[in-house]
Amino acid sequence: MSDTPPLLELRNLTKSFGSVQALSGVDMNVRSGEVMALVGDNGAGKSTLIKCIAGTHTADSGEIVFEGREVKIHGPKDSSRLGIEVVYQDLALCDNLDVVQNVYLGREVNRFQILNEATMEQTTSATLKSLAVTTIRSVRQPVATLSGGQRQSVAVAKAVQWNSKLVILDEPTAALGVAQTEQVLALVRRLGEQGLAVILISHNLHDVFETADRITVLRLGRSVGVFDRRTTTQQAVVEAITAGTPTKVAGIATSPETA
Amino acid sequence: MTTVDVVGPGGPPPAPEEEQLPGGFAGLVERAWLNLRTGNLGPFPIIVGEILVVLIFGLTATNFFTAVNFVNLITQTAGTAMLAYGVVYVLLLGEIDLSIGYLAGIGALIVAELQLPGSSWHMNGILAMLIAVAACALIGGVQGSIVAFVGVPSFVVTLGGFLIWQGVILNKLEQRGTIIIQDRWINYTDAYIFSHFAGYLIAAILTALYPISILYKLVVARGTHIAQQNWTIVAIKAVGIAIAAFGTVAIANHGKIITTPEGLPLAGVLIVLAFVVLTFLAKWTTFGRHVYAVGGNAEAARRAGISVPRIRVLVFMISGATAAVGGIIFAAQVNSVALTFPPGNLLLNAIASAVIGGVSLFGGRGEVRGALLGAVLIGTLQNGLNTLNVSNGWIYIITGLVLLGAVTLDTFARRLQARSGR
Repeated sequence: MSDTPPLLELRNLTKSFGSVQALSGVDMNVRSGEVMALVGDNGAGKSTLIKCIAGTHTADSGEIVFEGREVKIHGPKDSSRLGIEVVYQDLALCDNLDVVQNVYLGREVNRFQILNEATMEQTTSATLKSLAVTTIRSVRQPVATLSGGQRQSVAVAKAVQWNSKLVILDEPTAALGVAQTEQVLALVRRLGEQGLAVILISHNLHDVFETADRITVLRLGRSVGVFDRRTTTQQAVVEAITAGTPTKVAGIATSPETA
Repeated sequence: MTTVDVVGPGGPPPAPEEEQLPGGFAGLVERAWLNLRTGNLGPFPIIVGEILVVLIFGLTATNFFTAVNFVNLITQTAGTAMLAYGVVYVLLLGEIDLSIGYLAGIGALIVAELQLPGSSWHMNGILAMLIAVAACALIGGVQGSIVAFVGVPSFVVTLGGFLIWQGVILNKLEQRGTIIIQDRWINYTDAYIFSHFAGYLIAAILTALYPISILYKLVVARGTHIAQQNWTIVAIKAVGIAIAAFGTVAIANHGKIITTPEGLPLAGVLIVLAFVVLTFLAKWTTFGRHVYAVGGNAEAARRAGISVPRIRVLVFMISGATAAVGGIIFAAQVNSVALTFPPGNLLLNAIASAVIGGVSLFGGRGEVRGALLGAVLIGTLQNGLNTLNVSNGWIYIITGLVLLGAVTLDTFARRLQARSGR
């Protein structure tokens, strides 16, 4: 990747819950137009890390630098104000509402509290089109009637609707079949191509190697390496996940005791 | 949907391009058939049920088909319908409010106390009613706060409310006996009779509302899905509403108690007015959208930045307020508040109305109109059985069977709907 400054940079982030040290010094960065995969075993701290970025948790120490300046994220409102959107694993969609209603949930276009359905519907259709989501028959369909992949598309559309700059996807393909996984991965790549910064959390290295530009490996609350997808192998990444082998990527400090 | 679960008596699964149905009458038939096949019945069964009930009683009971009884029916149904509106909102959240029956009593009691001539706080009836409604909304808000902020299940909180408000009414009325309501404004809520002309004028205004809403959609939402209408359905609905509105007024205007002419009672106008306002609130405003969202998936709503506790508290306030209005209408019916208040099983009738009207107990699904249709069905049924001199025991049994039947039908319809993926 080139020398463009990262959109989001985390420096030595730590977070503990009581005596449990969930994050003990995480460094990570992601640039605009890039898909950064975040991988690691269960309990490596992936979820805690994105919750710190999303504002669900507040980091104990360390710096979050967004667009070149340090920011403090205390709640979900802070992160969405910065342009950070998270698509959670369970998608957080209301089954009883239709696609438009879900995409605009909590940010309905209204005048004096009266809904402006027309604007919402047109924008939703346009967003889905820009994401090349063509399988959804009608944006006025209840989400309950959609397939897993379609629901994922709706959740992503909901995230990118707001001129967001960074989209974090938590295990977007975990519950999907083969064809739908392909659909969603294509969607993830398209987000990167459209200039957004994307953090993709996944257990599935196949998915990761198909979509990501770079890969950050977390192990026991520590970032143990950043890999460039084109110059590494799944084998190397697996080793980093399981053994925490540090790698020699320029600019990434490795933790002393893992050396 | 997958291929395993589509085999049913309805034949092959619908083709994916079915959204664009032809307009006109052919489209109507096709859509009706599609809806029937896929279990998307809407209010259709309940309207058919209502027509059946009216026909049966019209043929069997001699005094059912009279204008006087018709006016009676409106005033009897009004209070239940009002409570049922609140029930819809509470059920949409997936909560329950068991306190509304006695909260209605509290509303009536406050009004009766405040209008009492000779007392130091004696005041105008309109002010008294406003205070009563506000007080019950506040009580609802307190109960809702315990649900929303403390996390006690609404069933328990409002069961507590049920006992507490029953106790308050007992304490108040055991020593006092019945409180007579003399204030004319309060009594008007039930029995103010509009002049014939005013009645028709109101019918005309109500008839115009639906076409206006369609027109609004056409202008504001041009080119979107919500602007797409099947004009035959629109026409049928518009004509149906017109017939219902003008028919109601015409029959009511026709009645005479000995020599006193009858007409459209205010209670009837109140329920329709509340229906329009609460439907608007549910379907056209951000608040209403958030109510559906919280009922559908509270966690999703929370993550979307909706203040879930705020929605919960507001909904319980609505429930309290509608209960108070319903209670006042009931009190006005007998011009008094007595120990026997609230009448019969008001709470259960109100919940049954909403449920018969297709409102789900699990939240997120249902409409305000369901409460109105359900209340009218239950009201007609009970009124008709009364005119037939059927015993109270049988009235309960039959009401229960209708409730069971309606909910069973709804469950079947929903299963069909789920199977057809609509």
